[in-house]
Amino acid sequence: MKESLVIEREGVDALISALADRGYEVVGPTVRGQTIMYDTITSTDDLPVGLRDRQEAGTYRLEERGDGALFGYVVGPQSFRKFTTPPGTVFWKGIRTDGGFETVAPEEPPRYAFFGARPCEVAALKVQDNVYGSVRDPVYAGRRNQSFTVAVNCTEPAPTCFCDSLDTGPGVSDGYDIALTEVLDGNTHYFLAEAGSDEGSEVLASLTSRDALDEELVGARRMVVRAAENMGRFLETDGLKEVLLGNLENPYWDEIAKRCLSCTNCTLVCPTCFCSSIEDHLSLDGTETERVRTWDSCFTLDFSYVNGGPVRPSPGPRYRQWLTHKLASWQDQFGEIGCVGCGRCITWCPVGIDITKEAAEIRERDVRRVAVGTPSVKEAAE
Amino acid sequence: MSTQLSVKADAHVMSPAPCRILSVEQELQDTYTLEVEPPGDDWSFLPGQYTMLYAFGIGEVPISISGDPEDSTKIVQTIRAVGAVTDALVGLRPGDYVGVRGPFGTAWDTKAAEGRDVLIVAGGVGLAPLRPVVFDVLNHRERYENVTLMYGARSPSDLLFASQIHEWRGRFDLEVLITVDQADDSWRGPVGVVTSLVGRSSFDGDTAIAFVCGPEVMMRFTIQALERGGLTDDRLYVSMERNMKCGVGLCGHCQLGKFFLCKDGPVMTCAQMAGSCWIREV
Amino acid sequence: MSEVFDILIDQPFFKSMTDEQLRAVSETARLVTFEEGAVMFVEGGPARRSYLILDGDVALSLRTQEHGAKTIQTLHRGDFVGWSWMYPPYRWNFDANVRSEVTAVQFDGPQLKKISLADPELGYELLRRFTEVIVTRMQALRIQLLDVYSTFR
Repeated sequence: MKESLVIEREGVDALISALADRGYEVVGPTVRGQTIMYDTITSTDDLPVGLRDRQEAGTYRLEERGDGALFGYVVGPQSFRKFTTPPGTVFWKGIRTDGGFETVAPEEPPRYAFFGARPCEVAALKVQDNVYGSVRDPVYAGRRNQSFTVAVNCTEPAPTCFCDSLDTGPGVSDGYDIALTEVLDGNTHYFLAEAGSDEGSEVLASLTSRDALDEELVGARRMVVRAAENMGRFLETDGLKEVLLGNLENPYWDEIAKRCLSCTNCTLVCPTCFCSSIEDHLSLDGTETERVRTWDSCFTLDFSYVNGGPVRPSPGPRYRQWLTHKLASWQDQFGEIGCVGCGRCITWCPVGIDITKEAAEIRERDVRRVAVGTPSVKEAAE
Repeated sequence: MSTQLSVKADAHVMSPAPCRILSVEQELQDTYTLEVEPPGDDWSFLPGQYTMLYAFGIGEVPISISGDPEDSTKIVQTIRAVGAVTDALVGLRPGDYVGVRGPFGTAWDTKAAEGRDVLIVAGGVGLAPLRPVVFDVLNHRERYENVTLMYGARSPSDLLFASQIHEWRGRFDLEVLITVDQADDSWRGPVGVVTSLVGRSSFDGDTAIAFVCGPEVMMRFTIQALERGGLTDDRLYVSMERNMKCGVGLCGHCQLGKFFLCKDGPVMTCAQMAGSCWIREV
Repeated sequence: MSEVFDILIDQPFFKSMTDEQLRAVSETARLVTFEEGAVMFVEGGPARRSYLILDGDVALSLRTQEHGAKTIQTLHRGDFVGWSWMYPPYRWNFDANVRSEVTAVQFDGPQLKKISLADPELGYELLRRFTEVIVTRMQALRIQLLDVYSTFR
C-alpha cells in the first residue's frame, strides 16, 4: 500500500508554492468568464473554491455549493493539451540566406505542473503519450517529459461523466506524481495525498503533513467507489469496434447529421483529439518564416480536401469519421479506445449530441442483423 | 515525470532540409519535373514513396518521387501546379532552394512480384509515382516474367513522359499499351477508357501482380477489370491519396479508416483496404 | 460454314452455347477482311450487319461542327462492332474506319433475328451475351465522360 499522508488547505497552498519554487509553472482550474478553465495559479485562492458545475447535454452553469471545497466540480471545456500541444506552437523557424535558407532552433518550452488533474485527464495524457510517442513528436515530448502531475480523485461525478465505462476513473491508479482526495464533512476538511513517483515523494516530504489513519483511507476509497456507482452515463464497450465498423453505411449517421452543426466544439474540448494543421507565417520582408502548428478538426469542410474537393463533403460522414475514429479505429491504431469518458463533448455540444447515446443507437440499429425482429448476429451466436 | 517519450532525432523529418534545384522541365501544360540535389550522400528512396516539398514561407505539399531508385545523385519530382504552393514550386529556377522532408510512405512491393507477370496500370499523372517501379523492374528485368505497362490519359497532348514512353515501346521485354479518353483523327492509337487495355494483354491471372495508380474512380474500375482477369485482392496494389500535411502520422488529415496514408500508405493492397475503404465519403 | 464454326467455337463470347446453336449462328456469318483505311460503315447508313473483330483495329468517330471528326472509341480483337441492326430505325450512329487491316466475322442482322424467332432459347442466349457487352461498354463510356484526369483549381 502506498504511503498516504494528510494535509490541510495550507498544505495545498504549500504544495503549489513548492512546485513553483522548483521551477514549474503551475496551471490548474480557475474561474474565467463563468467557466472553469485551466490557467496559471499561485495559491488555493485562485481555485474555484466553493463552486460546483451543473453539466448536462448542451448545458454548463456554475453555482455556489455553500461550502469551502477546493475541488467540488469536475472538468471544464479545456484540457491539459492546451499546454502539451498549445495551438500556435512554433515548431520550426527558418531564415533566408544567400544560398537558400537555414533552420533556427525554436525556444525551450516551459515546465508545467498540471494541478488538479482529474483521473480522466491523467488517462487522456496517457492516451496522448501513445499517440505522440508513436511519432516521436518533439513538441509534445518537450512539454510532457518535463511535466509534473497533481491528480485529484473524483467523488462527485457530473451527469455527463462516464469514466467508469472506460476504466479511466473516478480514481487514479497511475500516471501521476501526487494524487489528492478532498474530504469535506461538516467542519472537517482535509486532503489525502499519495505520491506516485520519486519526485512526488520528494515534494510531499517537504510539506507539513501527518500519516493518514486507516479509517480515513477507507473512507476516501469508499467515496471514490460510490462515485463510480453514481455515474450519469454509460458507454457499452463490449464489441464496440465491430459494431461501429460494421455499420459505416447505416442510414442513422445521416440522422445525426440533421442535428450536428459541424461546429467543431467536441473536437476542441476533447482531451485526446490530436488533429493539427500547419501554417507558414512569413515576415513582411519575406526573410524569416515560422512554421506553426494549430489545432484542426475533422468536422471542417476542408479537413479532407484533396484535388477536386473534400472527401467528406456531407456532415453525416464527418460525424461518422469522428465517432468511429475515437471509439473504433483508434483501437487499431493505438491499441486502446481514444475516449476517456470525460463527457465534455456532451456538455459543450450546442445541440446536445451525446456520444454514449449515439454509440448505443448504432448498436440498436445494427445493420448486420438478419432482419428486424430477429436476434442480432451476436445474440444468435450465443 | 514518470513519462519519458523519445524524440525524433532526424532533423529532416520535422524540419525541411534546404536542397538546390538542378533543373526544371515542363512536361505538360500544368505538369513539371524538378530535379533536386539530395540533402546528403546517404539519400535513397523506394518506388512509390514521396517527399514533402517546401516552398519557403508559402507552404508544403506531398510530391511523388518519379525518378530511378538506382540514381542517388538527384531527387526527381513531378509536380502538377494546382494551387499556391505548387505554383511557387514550379516557378523555381535551377540554383534556387526548396525544402525537402522525407522520403515517406510505403513502396510498390517488387519483391512480391518476383517470378510473376507484372502489370503496371497508370491513369493521368498517376504515371509519376509508377515510373520508379518501371525503372526498378527494368533494372532487374530477369526477376520478373511478362511486364506490361498500361497507361491512360485524357488526350494525346496529356500523355506524361511521352519521350520516355517512346523509348520503352522500343524494348522487347516490356509491353506498352496506351489509350486516351478522347482524340481527334490525327491520333492513330487506341481511344477508350484504360480498363479496356486489361482485356488486351495476356497475363497469368492466377499469379500476376498489379500496381495501379490514378484518380480514385479510375483505380476502382481498373481493379474490377483486373479481378475479372483473375487477380485477387492481395495481388492488387493501389496508391491512395488523401490530404497529407505532416507526412509522419501526426496531424490526422490523411486517415482512411484506421490507416494513416502518409505512413501506412500511400501504397496499399486491396486486401488491406477490404470493405470499409471504398465506402462513400470514408 | 464449318470454317466460321471452327472460329466461333474458340471465341469467349460464344462459350457455353451448344454446338447446334453455334451451327445455326455460323450459317448467318462469313469471314471478311477490310484493308487499312477502309470505311466499315458511315453514320446514317443502313445498319444490317454486326462484326466480331478477329484481328486489327477499328476507330469509331463522330463528325462534329466545331472539332471535326472526333474519335470516341477504338475497338480491337475480340470486340463486337455495331448494334444498330437490332432496333429501328436500323441506321448507324457513328462512322467506323479501319485503322489497321481487319479480319472479322460478319453476321447478317436480319438472319440472326430470324433464327432467334425460330429458336427462342438461342435468341435468349444471343441477347444475353450482347447485352452484357453493351453494359460493359456503357460503363466504360460513362467513365470516359467523367473526365477523371482533369485538374480542379
